[in-house]
Amino acid sequence: MPNTKRTRLVASTIAVALGATALAACGSSNDSKAESGPVNLTFWSWAPGMDKVVDLWNKGPGKKDQITVTFKKQASGDTLVTKILTAHKAKTGPDLVQAEYQALPTLVSNGAVADISKEIGDTKSKFADGVWGQVTLGTDAVYAVPQDIGPLMFYYRADLFKKYGLTVPTTWDEFAQTARALKKKAPNLDLTTFSANDAGLFAGLAQQAGAKWWTASGNMWKVGINDAATQKVAKFWGGLVKEGAIDNQPMYTPAWNKALDTGKQIAWVSAVWAPGVLTTAAPDTKGKWAMAPLPQWNKGDDVTGSWGGSSTAVTTDSKHQAAAAKFAAWLNTNADAVDTMAKVGGIYPASTSAQTSGAFSSPPAYFPNQADFYTQAAKIAKATAASAWGPNVNVAYTSFNDAFGTAAKNKSDFVTALNTVQGTTLADMKKQGFGVSQ
Amino acid sequence: MSSLAVRKAAPAAGTTPGTAQGPPLRRRIALIPTLTLLLGAIYTLLPVAWVVIASTKSGSELFSTFTFLPGSGFAENLKDLSAYRDGVYWKWMGNSALYAGLGALLSTGVSAFSGYALATYRFKGREAIFNVLLAGVLMPPIILAIPQYLLMAKADITDSYLSVLLPQILSPYGVYLSRVYATAAVPSDVVEAGRMDGASEWRIFTRIAVPMMIPGLVTVFLFQFVAVWNNFLLPYIMLSDDEKFPITLGLFTLLQQGNNQPALYTLVITGAFLAVIPLIALFLVIQRFWSLDLLSGAVKS
Repeated sequence: MPNTKRTRLVASTIAVALGATALAACGSSNDSKAESGPVNLTFWSWAPGMDKVVDLWNKGPGKKDQITVTFKKQASGDTLVTKILTAHKAKTGPDLVQAEYQALPTLVSNGAVADISKEIGDTKSKFADGVWGQVTLGTDAVYAVPQDIGPLMFYYRADLFKKYGLTVPTTWDEFAQTARALKKKAPNLDLTTFSANDAGLFAGLAQQAGAKWWTASGNMWKVGINDAATQKVAKFWGGLVKEGAIDNQPMYTPAWNKALDTGKQIAWVSAVWAPGVLTTAAPDTKGKWAMAPLPQWNKGDDVTGSWGGSSTAVTTDSKHQAAAAKFAAWLNTNADAVDTMAKVGGIYPASTSAQTSGAFSSPPAYFPNQADFYTQAAKIAKATAASAWGPNVNVAYTSFNDAFGTAAKNKSDFVTALNTVQGTTLADMKKQGFGVSQ
Repeated sequence: MSSLAVRKAAPAAGTTPGTAQGPPLRRRIALIPTLTLLLGAIYTLLPVAWVVIASTKSGSELFSTFTFLPGSGFAENLKDLSAYRDGVYWKWMGNSALYAGLGALLSTGVSAFSGYALATYRFKGREAIFNVLLAGVLMPPIILAIPQYLLMAKADITDSYLSVLLPQILSPYGVYLSRVYATAAVPSDVVEAGRMDGASEWRIFTRIAVPMMIPGLVTVFLFQFVAVWNNFLLPYIMLSDDEKFPITLGLFTLLQQGNNQPALYTLVITGAFLAVIPLIALFLVIQRFWSLDLLSGAVKS
């Protein structure tokens, strides 16, 4: 589940406590070289069914190379990042960790994950450029192997769209008109909601519009959370909320589940993993939903943002970085491994060849009516805009929850809220000692 | 004042003004505390009722049927929960029982020792130690979790049962309570009498002081048991192997499965419901020890 306020609270509590223990940062430099003899690795991940994939490795290639991996199931989210950093302070971290893309810069700037560019060979060719950019952070280093991605799409109730005579919007202008048209025909219904409890979606929408929230040149960071592209997105959604064309209640609440299940909300801008969420949120409407590409800013464009997705990183604490990198590469590129992850764990793989193979030959169970679901998804995924994450995404996200939560509730100006997020994020980077250019 | 009370109470009570003069006034005063307590009870019990009822609902009933309408999926939920990762839930339950049971027992022992010593013996630095303890009571345990992790890492025992048990054995609050209780419940005359009769200090403590302190120690045990049972941050930081997780942590991993997987709400709710039962049972069973308080005592005053 995307992060809730509560898990953020836990995360920030740990973060504060971490700050309180004044411990000298440790710059460890493990020389990684090929080694002989049996190797034991530990792997922290939250993906369901990962134990089965690890079994595959331990019985197959791992047995041959004498590299045994022990899987330790974790809870996902920001709390895991803080846990990894705590373990790293004590130098007791695992060898491999699952890390969300937006958490990678935090892990890198704390020296927790290792550069594995020399150990992974030609793995790069298996991924789309935009995806690969998320694990290199625009440098020559490679900090992780992409595992899964979450390209944004438009989900809607096909039956209700038909009933109210609505057409699927291809641009954001049409999206706004659709919302208004629905309000006119059925004042009790909403096209969708603007939710302020998960910044990931808004970040993805801004990405689509061309926003670059963090950029680094040399040792200087530039924070552009309130850049022109993001302002455009904020104004758009703020306007819809203000005129009452869409709802302003948060997602992932029982009320939201009910709204989806009973058809009070008839569309959802979400990512490729939405079928999983809809299965529990709206169990009664199975087979009534359809998926379409995300509306575009300019007619004829073909670009989307992403929401979520994660990678497999090797830690600097690992004494067997080469072996760990080998496993990370196998895990995310081997056909059997990716197929198992997709089938048991429900992930949408980052590896391009896996997106159309095996597990993805038939549509998700929730979408029996859309046979080409995954063919379309793979096409949409190709057009994912590059993302630009920085070292304090968690701070920006928390600030987003507060500022946009208030703005959505009061139906006040979203651009003001955006400026607050920018200000908080910038101030935090300065406080952490990052060089920041205006 | 009293006439006002009568005027207001009379129609409701339906009695003659003369007889109602006394009692209605008292009833009026008791009304507010009763209402407050009732509100408090509703406030605390309503979420429990929600959990109990929600645990009977199947996945499709959970958000679609009326909140307080019992569902039909309890047996199914229980089966699914037991099947999750080969029954790891029951392992978590066992772990929680171990952490909380053994941890609280050891903690009560240590608290009894130190509380008794602080109350009975006069030695240099006694007040200083007690003040440090008081400061410890004021310190939220959350702040200590990460330093404790770094300590455990130095000893190389992170991700073990010990790493969760050890930090919870010393409870400043428990020692504080024990000292206060020992001061009140173990009169120095009794200790002196024991010494006169030639009993060793150890014998005096185990045979005379501990039985007198039982009600207080039960309180310490309960407090500590509940604290450990509900503790989240310490095990979260210490443990990475989900076979060693206590129930709090286990349920958290059920909720946080990454966003491509449906959250296992029904399992979490059923799991949370089952996790409360031992606590309630413990309170009901141990409650009777508290009433001992009134009967115990060895000296006439």
